[in-house]
Amino acid sequence: MGFGKGLEGLQHNFLTGNLESVVKWARRNSMWPATFGLACCAIEMMATGASHYDLSRFGMEVFRASPRQADLMIVAGRVSQKMAPVLRQVYDQMMEPKWVISMGVCASTGGMFNNYALVQGVDQVVPVDVYAPGCPPNPQTLLHSILTLHELVRTGEIVSRRQGGGGAEVHVAQQPQGDQRVTVVRPPVHVGTPR
Amino acid sequence: MSADDQAVPEEQAVPQEEERRHGAPLTRQLGQVVLHPSREGYRDLVEQLRRDGYTFCLDVTAADYLTHPGRPGLPSTVTPERFEVVAILLSFEGKERLRIRVQVPDGDPVVASLFHLHPGTEAMEREVYDMYGIVFDGHPDLTRILMPEDWEGHPLRKDYAVGRIPVQFKGAPGDR
Amino acid sequence: MTSIRYPGAATSEGAQELSARGQMTAGELLRESGSVLRMSEAAAAEQADRAPGDQETMIINMGPQHPSTHGVLRLMLELEGETVLRSKPIVGYLHTGMEKTGEDLTYLQGPTNVTRMDYAAPLFNELVFSLATEALLQVEIPPRATWIRMLMTELNRIASHFLFLATNGLDLGAISMILYGWRERDLVLQFFEKTTGLRMNHNYIRPGGVAADLPDGWRDDVLRILDALPARLQEYDELMTGQPIWRARTQGVGVLTAEEAIALGATGPILRASGVPWDLRRDIPYLAYEEVDFNVVVGTYGDVFDRYAIRLNEIRESIGLVRQILDRIPRGDYRVQNKKVTPPPRARIDESMEALIHHFKIFTEGFKVPEGEVYVAVESPRGELGCYLVSDGSAKPYRMHIRGPSFVNLQTLPHMLRGGLIADAVAVISSVDPIMGEVDR
Repeated sequence: MGFGKGLEGLQHNFLTGNLESVVKWARRNSMWPATFGLACCAIEMMATGASHYDLSRFGMEVFRASPRQADLMIVAGRVSQKMAPVLRQVYDQMMEPKWVISMGVCASTGGMFNNYALVQGVDQVVPVDVYAPGCPPNPQTLLHSILTLHELVRTGEIVSRRQGGGGAEVHVAQQPQGDQRVTVVRPPVHVGTPR
Repeated sequence: MSADDQAVPEEQAVPQEEERRHGAPLTRQLGQVVLHPSREGYRDLVEQLRRDGYTFCLDVTAADYLTHPGRPGLPSTVTPERFEVVAILLSFEGKERLRIRVQVPDGDPVVASLFHLHPGTEAMEREVYDMYGIVFDGHPDLTRILMPEDWEGHPLRKDYAVGRIPVQFKGAPGDR
Repeated sequence: MTSIRYPGAATSEGAQELSARGQMTAGELLRESGSVLRMSEAAAAEQADRAPGDQETMIINMGPQHPSTHGVLRLMLELEGETVLRSKPIVGYLHTGMEKTGEDLTYLQGPTNVTRMDYAAPLFNELVFSLATEALLQVEIPPRATWIRMLMTELNRIASHFLFLATNGLDLGAISMILYGWRERDLVLQFFEKTTGLRMNHNYIRPGGVAADLPDGWRDDVLRILDALPARLQEYDELMTGQPIWRARTQGVGVLTAEEAIALGATGPILRASGVPWDLRRDIPYLAYEEVDFNVVVGTYGDVFDRYAIRLNEIRESIGLVRQILDRIPRGDYRVQNKKVTPPPRARIDESMEALIHHFKIFTEGFKVPEGEVYVAVESPRGELGCYLVSDGSAKPYRMHIRGPSFVNLQTLPHMLRGGLIADAVAVISSVDPIMGEVDR
């Protein structure tokens, strides 16, 4: 239409920017979580999505039942040995780019159930980006970890794949207080020594 | 402290003349009626009790007395074995529950299934099989229910470790 | 033993799954439908006969990751067109080993463990465990503790039923219900958070009483909840109960007769929906339920609608109960003053060395419970929640078993789904209101 004439042919206002920022902006603002409710935390995850806490403020109210349409897996609850292959399968079915929030101590470490039945930390099965503490984390904590993840997406790179074995290794260090800025704590990558 | 200790009376197995119902010794534990049939008489007893109005089977579970052989509340005529299958019945008319404890030996952990009397025991018996390895004779579909099918061992047995592992953090296996 | 079954392995549970039709004989089919009730030999033969060559049926998986299976329930359904011929629930995807962990925790720590079973009604789990421990200890808890327990569990019943209404509405397409249900539930949860410190998994009811007295201003908080709810319930009636679409989706769907419910061991709203007036609060009362006045809500047809209506009306009954409790709750101790089971009050720890040692010992070693075994049950929002506890005289339970009502109620699914449409399956699953944490424990 107006390319031949240069800029004066444009009828509307416009912005310029680099593509990467736009992509990151778009990814951050329409991140769709997969419904992966497992246990108690799933109830709080639903509460986060429901009226009082209203996840749609962050463009995230659309919980997708199909992993192929989801960007974010919130592992909400304890992962049993029987569930672990299912979890991985659902994760594998998600399209890149994808992120994982490990919600609650059971998903993060096995929590109080250090026994035969549970996977002691979902990061043994899928790479985790953000760990949300609590048993169960209350909706504010989940929102905080989601905002942390948003910040990661906004400041991250869009094309590089993560190294094998690496989640982002970000732990949500404390509960949000008032309108405190999101702080991201980056601990050194620690690799466990199998015994 | 001693005054408090005395305030809690010891519950002793009463050594008096045995009470029986349908041939099974009857004891009372904290006011609750417990029957102790033999392994062979277990199914028949439940059937007779069903005619008596105990039409509802609330629960079938088990306990492993490997590390605590001298257990509470057994009448003298019953030989304690390693496993005990516990069934809990309910009577709507009498508004009361009744408990049945069956001794099941370690070497031959088989007991009759209640499935054909109370179809609702299907899942519970599968759970006991899964957790204790006790086989229910006559159960239509005795497979594991809670653990994966290829799991080894029966987790609630006392000689099965809790499975506690040292907490460690490591990355996910392989590339994303 | 502790190895993780790594990804890549197929999600197959072998013999736990529904077998293909061609592989089974009439006898096997009979047994398989036996997780349903026993059907007649003839009916089984008829079903099996049309089987082998018949390619028109298919077996599909629903779950374990499915939005309307309430967590991680997995159903295998054999379909002919849209009709469900056979189905089988496969559970265990949330097996947490709580009964094993329970043998490793002291009696005082026990409620922390069991409260995570039925996470929609955590206080009931704590209650039944505490009641069982107290029965073994033979301690009598003070009246105020009893009434606080009643208050909290009735509020919990309200919250749990709101969760049901929210998800039931969501599953059947009344999407606004999830927003309304959660709005109301949050009212109650905020009170719980104020009282117990947590929105869920409270560990508030403990052997010997409750963890803390009710907070200042609790009466006003509860009254505010009670005043807000009736109008909202009225809204639900308008939104769903009288609405033709809702009725068409629920009435006559997933019917279970009284005989079937009893045979399959169903309790709670499922049993009451089929017309059996059985409520432990009335029939085998615990706490102080003899002293309060309430109705047992009973259905007629045993269908999805009846189960919905029962839960809706049980909220109303619970509101009435809470009002009575507010009037009658006595003053006094909120936990038993028995040095054996109760830690000394905070103030005394500061001034007395013995109290400090005592406090330390109670929380590290726990208290010893006399030998014995006991079964105690309460009426949870899902049915008879029982606890079978065996003590060997030490400070930890020798065997701790929870009879989860959801676990038993799930067995009614194949029976209710048979012959129905697959769209109705969602309604039926939702009406059973299974909480998988309690199913798998």
